[in-house]
Parts: sequence; C-alpha cells; structure tokens
Amino acid sequence: MHIPDGFLSPPVWVTLDLASAPAVAILARRAQQGTDTSGIPLLGVMGAFVFAAQMINFPVGPGTSGHLVGSALLSMVVGPTAAAIVMTAILAIQAFVFQDGGIMALGANVFNMALAGVLAGYLPYRLWSRHWRSAAIFAGGFLSVLTSACLALTQLLFSGVRMPPKIIWISIGLFAVSAIIEGAITLGAVRAIERLQPSSTEAWGPATQVRGSRVIGIVAIAAIVLVAGGVLFASAAPDGVEKLASQLGLKDQVPAWLHSPFAYYEARGFESMWIRKATAGLAGLVLIFFACSALGRYFARQRSA
Amino acid sequence: MHHVVVERWSRGSSPLHMRDARSKLGALLVFLIAVSTTSPRAQLAFAGYATLLLAALFAARLPLLSVLTRAALVLPFSATFALITWWAGDPARAVSLAEKSFLSGLAVLLTIATTPWNDLVHALGWMGVPRFLLLVIQFVYRYLFVISEQAQHMRLAAISREGARRARSVRFRAATGAVGVLFARSWERAEGIHRAMLARGFTGHFLSLERPHFHAADILFFFAAASAAVTVRLAL
Amino acid sequence: MRVIDVRGLRYRYPDGTQALDGIDFHLDAGECVALFGANGSGKTTFVLHLNGLLQGEGAIEICGRPLTRETHADARAKVGLVFQDSDEQLFLPTVLEDVAFGLLNQGVAPEQAVAQARTALQQAGMSGLLGKAPYHLSSGEKRRVAIAGVLVMQPEILILDEPTTSLDPPAQRGLVDLLRSLPQAKLLVTHDAAFASALATRAVFFERGKIVGEGSVDEIVRRFNWSAQARIPELR
Repeated sequence: MHIPDGFLSPPVWVTLDLASAPAVAILARRAQQGTDTSGIPLLGVMGAFVFAAQMINFPVGPGTSGHLVGSALLSMVVGPTAAAIVMTAILAIQAFVFQDGGIMALGANVFNMALAGVLAGYLPYRLWSRHWRSAAIFAGGFLSVLTSACLALTQLLFSGVRMPPKIIWISIGLFAVSAIIEGAITLGAVRAIERLQPSSTEAWGPATQVRGSRVIGIVAIAAIVLVAGGVLFASAAPDGVEKLASQLGLKDQVPAWLHSPFAYYEARGFESMWIRKATAGLAGLVLIFFACSALGRYFARQRSA
Repeated sequence: MHHVVVERWSRGSSPLHMRDARSKLGALLVFLIAVSTTSPRAQLAFAGYATLLLAALFAARLPLLSVLTRAALVLPFSATFALITWWAGDPARAVSLAEKSFLSGLAVLLTIATTPWNDLVHALGWMGVPRFLLLVIQFVYRYLFVISEQAQHMRLAAISREGARRARSVRFRAATGAVGVLFARSWERAEGIHRAMLARGFTGHFLSLERPHFHAADILFFFAAASAAVTVRLAL
Repeated sequence: MRVIDVRGLRYRYPDGTQALDGIDFHLDAGECVALFGANGSGKTTFVLHLNGLLQGEGAIEICGRPLTRETHADARAKVGLVFQDSDEQLFLPTVLEDVAFGLLNQGVAPEQAVAQARTALQQAGMSGLLGKAPYHLSSGEKRRVAIAGVLVMQPEILILDEPTTSLDPPAQRGLVDLLRSLPQAKLLVTHDAAFASALATRAVFFERGKIVGEGSVDEIVRRFNWSAQARIPELR
C-alpha cells in the first residue's frame, strides 16, 4: 500500500521522513561496504526484477489475482541491508515516475516497506530457515506484507483519516489475505529460484549474514508485531490514542513544547494557527534537507578519507 | 508504457523545461508542504493551488488532458478513503483528501514531465541523497524497461497457451515458475553488465561528467514558485 | 606484428566443465578473424580471457606483453570487447555518459572525455544521439553506440561477440561498412557465415574447447557445413 501525498498529517510524515532518511543513509553505506564492484549492477537489476515481477499476475480467487510485493523475497536473495536499499530505490521511482505513493509520504512508505517490511520478511527466514525452511519463507512473505500494511493503516489513523472500526477490521482481514498470498508467492518464487539459480540464495544466504542471537531475533519479531498490531488497536478504538491519552491523564502532563511546532495542528484551532502551521511545515522541510545533506556529506567525507 | 510518454514530455523545450532540476525540485517540495499543511476547510486555497498548477501546465506546453488524466490515477485510491471518511462523519476532510492527493500528484507529474529523469537524479544527489542509493536507482530505472519487457513477453506467451481452463493451483505454480525464470535471467544479466563494466576498466567508482550550473533564472523561478505556493497557503 | 598470441590456454568452470582445452591462437595487426563453433563450444569463454575477465592456465600475450593480473588495466585498454547483448553493455543513463565511461575510468578529464566521446560517436555514425537514453535506441543504434564506447578507448584490437544478433539486414550491412572502415585488428565471434565472409580473411572453428579447424572463411564453412541455408545439391 503506497500512501499518496495529502493523506498523512505533517507531524506524521515529518517524523517518518526524519526516521527513514538517516536509516537509509546508514544502510546505503553498509550495503556499499558489503559489496564489491558487482554490487551496483546486481542490486539495480534485482530492483528492476522486482518491479517486473510485480507485473506477473497470480490467480487467487474467482476473477481476482494478486501480485508479488517483494520485500521478503529480496531480503532472502540479497540480504536485508541490500534489500532495504533496493526497495527504497523502487519506492522512489514509483513515487516520482509513476506517482504511486507521495513524495512527502516517501519517508513513511520507505519506513513501512523498505525498512519494517524487509526486516519482518527477513527475520523468520534468518531464524527458522535451517529447520523449517518452507514455513520460514512463507512466514517471511506473510509478515512483511502484514507489517507494512498495518503500519500504513496506523499512520493514516494517526493522521486523522477517520475510519469506522468495522472498516478497520475489514481492512485488517484484507491485509491478512494479501499477506497469505505474498507468503505463498514468496515461497513458490524462492523454490523456483533455487532450482534455476542455486548459487544466488547460497551466496547471500543466512551463513554470510551478520550473526545475531536467536533471542534477539524473536524479540525483534515480537516487537514488530506488537508495534504494528498494538498501535493499530490503540488507533482503532473510538477517537484513538487521543482518548486513551486523556483517559490516562497524559494529555495535561505533556509539556507544552512537545505540542509545538508539530503536534495537534490538524486537530484544533487551525484558523488562528496558520502561521505556526506553515512554519512547522517549512521547518520540517529544512530539517529533512539538512539531515539528509549533512549525512550525505558526512558519509562522502568518510569515504574519501 | 506510460513512463515512456512522461519521458517524451520531459524532453520538451518550454521555459519550464529549461529551468534547472534543482530549482524545480525545491519548488515542488515547498508546494507539497503548502498543500499538506492546508486546512481541510480552506477550499479557496485548493482552488488557488489548482490555478498555479494549471498556469504551470500551460507554461510547460504539455497536453492538458493527458496530464490531468494521468494525475487522476491516484483518485480511485483516495476516493475509497474519502468515501470511508465521509461515512465516518467528516465530509470536509473527505473532500480535502481527494483534493490534496490529486493536487500533489499533479505537481509531481508536472515536475517529472518537465525534467529529464537524469537531471532529476542529479538534483537529488545535490540535495544529499546518498550516492550509492542514487546509483541503484539509476540502474533500476535503466533495466526496469528491459526486464519488464521480458516479463510482458512471458505473460503473453503464457496467455497464448492458456487455451483450456486449468486448475488455479497449476496456473499459480506456472506464475511462480515465471518469477523464477525472470529472476534467473536478471541474475545472469547482472553478471553480464558487471563483465561489461570491468571490460571497460571499471574500478569501483562511478565518475561523472560535469553538471550544469545555476542561472539567475533558475533561482528566480524557485523563489517565484515557492512564494506563490506559500502566498496561496497563507492568504486563502 | 602479433597483437594477440595465445598458447595452451585451458580453463575449467567452477562446476568442473572443461570450457577451454588447450587453445593456440594468434592475431596479427590489421587482420580480421572469425570464430565459428556451436553454442557452448568455448568461443565466448575464450574471448573473455583476452582482457583478463577470466583467467585460465596458459600464456596470453597482448601486443607483446604477457597478460597477468598486473597488466589487466593495460590489456582492457588495448582490447575492446563488444558484448552480444548491447543492453548489458550500455548501462549508463545517456549515450554520451556511456561512451565516456571507459575514458573516465582511465583517468581522462571530463571535458576531454566528452570531446573524445563525440568523436567516437561520429566515427560510429551516431553523433545525433548524445543525450538519448539507451533504452530508446534501436538494436542497430545500440550496437553502434556500444562500439563507440569501445572505440573511444582507442583499442588495438576489437572483439565483437555475435554482433549481428537482432539486427535487421540494413543494419547488418551498415555494421559491415562501419567495421571495414576501422583499422583495428578484429575478432568476430559469430554464427553468420555471410557476415564473416564479408569481413574476415581467416576463420577458426571451435569444438568442445578446442580449435579443430583453421582456414579461409569459405573453407571452414564448407568443411563444417556451417551455413544456415540447407545445402542445395550443386547443379551440374
């Protein structure tokens, strides 16, 4: 689900842009270090492959078809770091060239699909592929789509897009269905790939990846599911987090500076606060710009040093 | 495919085409922020944004109807959410959702249709997007067409043999097989490209040719476009 | 003068297939030689050795210098390799950038690289395409641009792997004229007997990693029945 511009409220997209930009910068650096001269053509062509594979229709129900998203598949083939970069590249092209997903919302879409989606798709594979290989691959595809979609829905709810609880439950149901489809496609595709190009999944497989303890992995998966699911439930409740906060008496205790310049400005008193809102938006842009360019320069210097 | 249309548009020679990609990208960001922070009830402001974009469309000498149709591709998605929001009892926000997403999409389309892709990527680099990511983006974009065409051919071949109604599971497996074949070919292609790069002395660093410099007109354009958007945002 | 001298070249793929099994071969300055042989007989594997993309056992000398790991860069400048799939060779976003790629890798300054790239494109008859994206070129144009990208490095030897693949007859004729006008020594890997006999003065025949025949193009074509047309009984 690619969120277009105009759906997310400024605090939400600013936060997610600010979260995604440095994460992508760091991952880009790690991916670059992790590959030799063959890295760029390989990742580029893999991105084009996912793009093209998304065009292949999979028959699902009567008259309906699904298609691959690819975060999990990519993470299993080129590893999570490179997969995150490739997915970011795909999302950027979709946003600019195809107007599929917004520019201001790019940070959110990158966060949902390239960061969380890849991680959620990779972890089951990393943890269980030795013993329950098929189940792990299926779980990877399933979790990656479910996580991305739930995060997107959460962000929309946080942005003040109103949805009756019934609709939210229907959406979650639909997400679960597409997640199952993604799991099945990923499993089928990985098997076909292993048959045709056995060297590819071995070359980048779990053995060559950074080692992490199983416990950390399980905690990470639990965290993803909890964050995605928990936040969603919080928002799904009538009037969402706001009500929860007021019930807990949090609202009055939050220091005023936390509200400004970003917080609450879609929710109250917009007529009188337009200058502040505009300032907030522009401040967001400036912040993103400087965060990105500072990081870029920093890494450029590191590279030339 | 429609991106080919956009690429053709981007090679025009209007005053808007001639502006530096960085000034257009900057103006786009300011415009998008202005739209994003506009109150859902400020209908006059939305009309103002639309007027600005229409003026730019005329200045760019782009085919009005086809551009508007392409920009409307976002509407099915936003209309769904707009309807839900309306149903949930917030008609003002519902209408603004559709307006905001359409205007933002149109602005992005206008930028991409007046800026050669390559220049846009360089502008992104100038704004600090990591070079490694940009190189991957360039390669994805370059081979997107090539590999999509392969996928398209495979799809046609599959359809042309789909005479008898076969079980869904069989067709599903055929589709996963297609993904596998597409992957294997892509993998080999990546190896071929790498060989071709090495054959011409690639050492691991992409070196780029000189890039154009800012002109006064570019800076002027940025400030004019940005202040127009901000004015609409604040005054209407 | 010998520009290529190969003695006893052997190569085994990692999976154990013996791809080259004792190749002896030489190429003189200004000469044009065709490499014939079935798919998988080792022709492409052989030419990939000539600028160090693959390394087997045996001795290779390029322009009198032994080819080792240390002399790769030098060999890659002297031996220009034009690959079968132009889409793999033209990976940069514009024609100009792609043609200048090899020069920039050699450390040539950008302005000079641009000037030389223009000259090479002119030489290949493609001067009007500088800013175009390779994806928008026809197969014939792609091949010429790929050749320009190799010519720009001023190689002493040109190796073309299946250069007539996916070219229409006029483009094939144009390619023959272009190659005739180039003074370099040439090695043509091809299945196209007519194309080879238009250019090459000598031919060798590969079979299971060995050169099993050598002679004029006509001789080799006749001896190995290497023509696409079914043999028509000669009229008496």
